[in-house]
Amino acid sequence: MSEAGAAAVTLARAAPEARRRHALGRLAGRNRLAIVGALALLLAVSAALLAPWLPLADPDAVDTPNRLRPPLTAGHTLGTDEFGRDLLARLVWGARVSLTAGALSAAAAMLIGVALGVLGGFYTGWIETVVMRLTDILMAFPYVLLAIAIVAGLGPGLRNAMVAIAIVGFPFYTRLVRGVVLSLREREFVEAARALGASDAVILGRHVLPHLLSPVIVAFSLDVGAKILATAGLSFLGLGTQPPTADWGSMLATGRQFVILSPHVVLLPGLAIFVIVLALNLVGDALRDLLDPRVG
Amino acid sequence: MRRYLARRLLLLVPVLAGVSVIIFMVLHLAPGDPAEIMLGSQATREDLARLRADLGLNEPLHVQYLHWIGHVARGDLGRSLWMKRAVLGEVLTRFRATLLLTATALVLSTTIGVALGVAAATRPSMPSFWLGIVLMVVFALRLGWLPASGMYAPHGGGDLGDLLSHLVLPAVTLAAASVTIVARLTRSAMLDTLGQDYVRTARAKGVSDRAVVLRHGLGNALVPIVTVVGVQAGYLLGGAVLTETVFAWPGVGTLMVQGILARDFPLVQGCVLVVALSFVLVNLGVDLLYAWLDPRIRYE
Repeated sequence: MSEAGAAAVTLARAAPEARRRHALGRLAGRNRLAIVGALALLLAVSAALLAPWLPLADPDAVDTPNRLRPPLTAGHTLGTDEFGRDLLARLVWGARVSLTAGALSAAAAMLIGVALGVLGGFYTGWIETVVMRLTDILMAFPYVLLAIAIVAGLGPGLRNAMVAIAIVGFPFYTRLVRGVVLSLREREFVEAARALGASDAVILGRHVLPHLLSPVIVAFSLDVGAKILATAGLSFLGLGTQPPTADWGSMLATGRQFVILSPHVVLLPGLAIFVIVLALNLVGDALRDLLDPRVG
Repeated sequence: MRRYLARRLLLLVPVLAGVSVIIFMVLHLAPGDPAEIMLGSQATREDLARLRADLGLNEPLHVQYLHWIGHVARGDLGRSLWMKRAVLGEVLTRFRATLLLTATALVLSTTIGVALGVAAATRPSMPSFWLGIVLMVVFALRLGWLPASGMYAPHGGGDLGDLLSHLVLPAVTLAAASVTIVARLTRSAMLDTLGQDYVRTARAKGVSDRAVVLRHGLGNALVPIVTVVGVQAGYLLGGAVLTETVFAWPGVGTLMVQGILARDFPLVQGCVLVVALSFVLVNLGVDLLYAWLDPRIRYE
């Protein structure tokens, strides 16, 4: 009884927290797929993180007598590629490269985009003009095409591919953030803070940035998947990861020539990309349902 | 409307100027000497000096840009180092193939996507180049129903049927990603309009279900649908690069990748410029369509 009473008191105190948890439960029930997606992501991320300690074959060890073995061969659960390298090991090590590349380029795009969006939304005049014209011009290019052109200039390689993807990706965040900041700028609490003599830094840090968190988190979670697809695409064209490093996109590209006799060499990395990006999209959609008050 | 059109066309000038600056900078600010990159490490000093003089690489950067853009404005995109031919003609020939592929994919994704509008679709998560390979293996290599690559059969082809059979797999591949986007948006736009009061009024008047859905629902949902289809057109133009590579489709995408691998900068610049220009024009076209579709939209 007393225990239940104490629980009730805690519950009353933690009412907003409990309500949020309740909403979370409701969402989870409605969105079992998102849970499955989150689990798949968790599995992929932990495999990628733990790769050096997992009992895996050397992903770059060439073993030509055992080339293009089908899955479920003894010693090679998922078979081998055209050089006899273990596909399971390459997939797991490739996950490290692909996931890191996706997350880092999305993070870089977000940081640049949010910074410019805040500047362009908060300050009128030449700053706004410069920022918005720059995003207009970058958005006047088809996304993939500009990334390819930038890599062409910088030279092929994973780091340059990520730089290119971050550059073509940031205007998306700038647009999003600027819209939110523009509406916040006119709100009463910002006006009040200004009237009380708060500096721009305080207004931005205390009153503007917290409001940006949820839209940016949602956009970011959906963007990582898009960035994984984009880096894989550049690697597929031979402009990203260079051999022998395993990466899902380059595995697809080199496996292409052997697709008739050994389709698994292409099917497995493609499936890996598909499942991870789908999982990211499911989780991102669930986050949007949770954080975006406009979606009922 | 005419004034709006004039203003939009005028606004194209700074955007295109910016686009050209970015294209120029991207390939010229890269670390290393462009002449050395283009000719490779085996080149002799004389070859390098000649190419530098040829391309005007000894001039200051802004002089090089003005020189280049002056030629571009006159329709001269330079000469491809690798193919030894004028870039513009080559790019335009290839652009026809890309346009055919993109337009087919756009028609496919729009019709299928709008028709599937009721199905709850999600964002694309399948790499198009992978889907392309899978389709190629199944329909071309295993079943042998369709050709695996190229635009025409090497022997005895060349007619419309030959072209269409080559077009099927790349167009379906390219369309697949945007089908889901168009379907998802159509669904939400339709739900939005069908919940409006005027739809209830129409139903109350006894208008048939078909007429309500098509005239009152789809008619009013068209504005957001056109927006997303316009965005998709640009996305498909860019995404065509990957699809063209998978299916060896002789479009701008494959040309550009070949240009990059051959370090043929004038060719790459020409490809990017032509595609970016068409993308900008598509966006302008979409904006103009709004006014026609929705009489409430008036441009001041």
